[in-house]
Amino acid sequence: MSYFIDRRSNARHKSTVNRQRFLKRYQKHIKRAVEESVNRRSITDMERGEKISIPGRDISEPVFRHGQGGRRTVVSPGNREFTEGDRLRRPHGGGGGGGSGEGSASNQGEGLDEFAFTLSRDEFLSFIFDGLELPHLERKQLADMEERRPVRAGLSRQGVPARMNIVRSMREAQARRIAMRAPIRRALLEAQKALEEEERKDPVLRHPGRVRELRDEIERLERRLEAVPFIDTYDLRYNHLTDQPQPSNKAVMFCVMDVSGSMTQNHKDIAKRFFLLLYLFLERDYERVELVFVRHHTSAREVDEEAFFYSRETGGTIVSSALHLLDEIIEARYPPAQWNLYVAQASDGDNWDDDSVQCRQILSDSLMPRLQYYAYVEITPHAHQALWEEYRRVQDRYPERFAMRQIVQAGDIYPVFRELFKSRQSGQEAHA
Amino acid sequence: MSTSYRPTHDEDFLGQGSDWSFDDLERYEREIARIAGEYRLDTYPNQIEIITSEQMMDAYSSIGMPVGYSHWSFGKQFLSVEQAYRRGQMGLAYELVINSDPCIAYLMEENTLMMQILVMAHACHGHNSFFKGNYLFRAWTDASAIVDYLVFARRYVSECEERHGVEAVEQLLDACHALQNQGVDRYKRPSAISAEEEARRQQEREGYLQQQINTLWSTIPQLRAADADQGTDDGSGGHQRPRYPSEPQENLLYFIEKNAPLLEPWQREIVRIVRKLAQYFYPQRQTQVMNEGWATFWHYNIMHRLYDEKCINEGVMLEFLQSHTAVVAQPGFDSPWYNGINPYALGFAMFSDIQRICTAPTEEDRAWFPEMAGSDWLETVHFAMHNFKDESFIQQFLSPKVMRDMKLFALLDDDQDDQDDMVEISAIHDDRGYKRVREALSLQYSLGHREPDIQVWAARIHGDRSLVLRHERTQRRPLDDSLSPVMHHLHQLWGFPVVLEVVEGGEIVDTHRWPQVSE
Repeated sequence: MSYFIDRRSNARHKSTVNRQRFLKRYQKHIKRAVEESVNRRSITDMERGEKISIPGRDISEPVFRHGQGGRRTVVSPGNREFTEGDRLRRPHGGGGGGGSGEGSASNQGEGLDEFAFTLSRDEFLSFIFDGLELPHLERKQLADMEERRPVRAGLSRQGVPARMNIVRSMREAQARRIAMRAPIRRALLEAQKALEEEERKDPVLRHPGRVRELRDEIERLERRLEAVPFIDTYDLRYNHLTDQPQPSNKAVMFCVMDVSGSMTQNHKDIAKRFFLLLYLFLERDYERVELVFVRHHTSAREVDEEAFFYSRETGGTIVSSALHLLDEIIEARYPPAQWNLYVAQASDGDNWDDDSVQCRQILSDSLMPRLQYYAYVEITPHAHQALWEEYRRVQDRYPERFAMRQIVQAGDIYPVFRELFKSRQSGQEAHA
Repeated sequence: MSTSYRPTHDEDFLGQGSDWSFDDLERYEREIARIAGEYRLDTYPNQIEIITSEQMMDAYSSIGMPVGYSHWSFGKQFLSVEQAYRRGQMGLAYELVINSDPCIAYLMEENTLMMQILVMAHACHGHNSFFKGNYLFRAWTDASAIVDYLVFARRYVSECEERHGVEAVEQLLDACHALQNQGVDRYKRPSAISAEEEARRQQEREGYLQQQINTLWSTIPQLRAADADQGTDDGSGGHQRPRYPSEPQENLLYFIEKNAPLLEPWQREIVRIVRKLAQYFYPQRQTQVMNEGWATFWHYNIMHRLYDEKCINEGVMLEFLQSHTAVVAQPGFDSPWYNGINPYALGFAMFSDIQRICTAPTEEDRAWFPEMAGSDWLETVHFAMHNFKDESFIQQFLSPKVMRDMKLFALLDDDQDDQDDMVEISAIHDDRGYKRVREALSLQYSLGHREPDIQVWAARIHGDRSLVLRHERTQRRPLDDSLSPVMHHLHQLWGFPVVLEVVEGGEIVDTHRWPQVSE
């Protein structure tokens, strides 16, 4: 007897738990492999998973088994030229050693030098960003929140049928029925008792009028009992919803880059990778992340991504022009009450001397109060200039939310990024 | 309903492409069941499940079990299966079948019609009848209870994880897995795995009580001082107190479950779960060649019958032959694809050869198998399937012809032979060598020979509470490097020092300790 069952629509990913357990157990190994691969591959293709290899011996499952050595006989197929008594050099690497005859599948994976497998994109990213956290992630205060979302808030007597709470309504109905029937039942019981008493009397003593009266009373009460409605509009209860302010789940990331003549394509590539990392990171924490690209030389302009990274410009540098533009864009399109604002700025540190002071003023007075975080990377092997010094003063004023680092070459990006976003908790642990 | 059964022969039925529908499957399953019935294949009811390749990978990594407890090692298995599959190094096994009642077999939706027919013949009738008929399976596993037991195990382990933390459970499972090959009763038939609540509860209570009043250990505090003066009793005789256990114990996990002084009741239960599952798989590990050979032999015969009765056309048949040939291919030892002896090839060759010896015996066969030659072949293959395991099956039925066909030869590797790093061909497939090759191959499939023989020798209950194991070494074959991690796991379970004595020829030749003492 046989029967067929179509299980194709059943849950897939039954092994997810086991897979997660494995990844967790070998976290350290995998993280090392991930970091190597991040440094190796261009950040532009972070959008896919990664093949990871970890040393096979680190993850083998030990059991008691025979090793090499001793005296053993191995039977193998495929003899061509041997005859009994032939002597030959011992094959290296064990040859057919213990392998033959041990065809069980679980053993085949072992003994290999590397255990290789593929991480999905999400797993890969979570390893990249493991232990990092967005600084100042406390979402916008509820007070200045404008986003509202309906939430359940108890029950009410009024409402639309779609929100009717059946269980509560039925419970109310039952309570009401009990309450309304109880006095009638009591009266009914009394009347029945009286009637019984009357009927038990001697027929001579029986009062016919009384009996009839009681009979009528019982009938009336029974009718009343039946008339108690099963459910009444009075019983109905509805789920009540109220609007509650919600922390915003939207973020906007401003990429600000100097495109003056001193910034080479190499500089821009480094900046791009930094921006991408930040974008991927933000994407994990917010439902929606918008990107705004602002580039500047002596004047700033909002552009699309293509122009941002690849068009060439020449000329001097006035950083404050970009900051002014930022301010305007925020004013016009991204009210801080609804958006979490992040700025990442990349530059080679050149600026007009007089301008740097102005930058500090805009930042300190107008921008920083509204931003969640400001990350500045200076891509230069040279000594710092005025801009760096002025920014340092901004950092002193907003140490929580303003960060600046120097990047010399592409390999620094990831370490710098990790340093910028190191989870404060783990940072403290490291201190302690 | 079997009054006048007519096989269906209509044209539609025959002219199939590679697509399949449920109707097709049911029709073919009926045909196969009819033919299998004629060959007297007695099976559990079949529960045939159609699954996707992803689900197949899931099933694959949980040793084919429909449910199982969570452990990272299954995740590791899954990742490597997935990797191999994605990169096209490995087609997924097209069949997976579980020794349960009803017998669960998986068909992948990607398979062609031919493949589905083949899998039904191979798994649902071949393996299934083997599970039901072979003496090891009959004696050691309870097919009707295994799925329930797995459900219980999964729930119990996850409850323990909630109560005691994932990490604690994982460590315990790691330790148990390291010992699971030593967690089976080899000689004593165990009570059947049963998930019936009553029995389980009773045993659990018993175990708990036993632990509460474990008189063995409760005597330690008084005796300890006295013992310290006497030094340690090494348990090897010469000491006045009797050794505990009085007989060496082969089932390490059982001994630990019942005697480890520091385990908590839930830990004992988990040890028990791992032990029960190891026991369940024990017959499968001993009947690989037979099981695969039997299933392959029958799918081969059933497919030919289907073709003869015109249930499948030439196209399907050719596709089948190609796939069958790949399954039973045996690369030579020097081929880059060589990966040990292919159990499908060896088993198929042997069962086919039994059939040949019965129906068309040669002079040689009459000399080697006087009772078998000329007997009823169906009777004989059934007899072989019912009453043997790989080791004895090879010993009894491997014929000179199969050895010649496979060109088997035995290689003697002795590290004390000479200093010139040579190995010797000790026997080949010729008149002088047949018996020795057969002997050696049989030994190669003997679990007792393949796996080190390690038993509990003594628990020093009056001394430092250490556990002494003995490895009966044969022919100087040492244990490999994984010894020390296993000792570590064992120590974790036992809670006190663990000693492994290597014994050969009645003498202790080596001693390993954990934790390692610096003297």
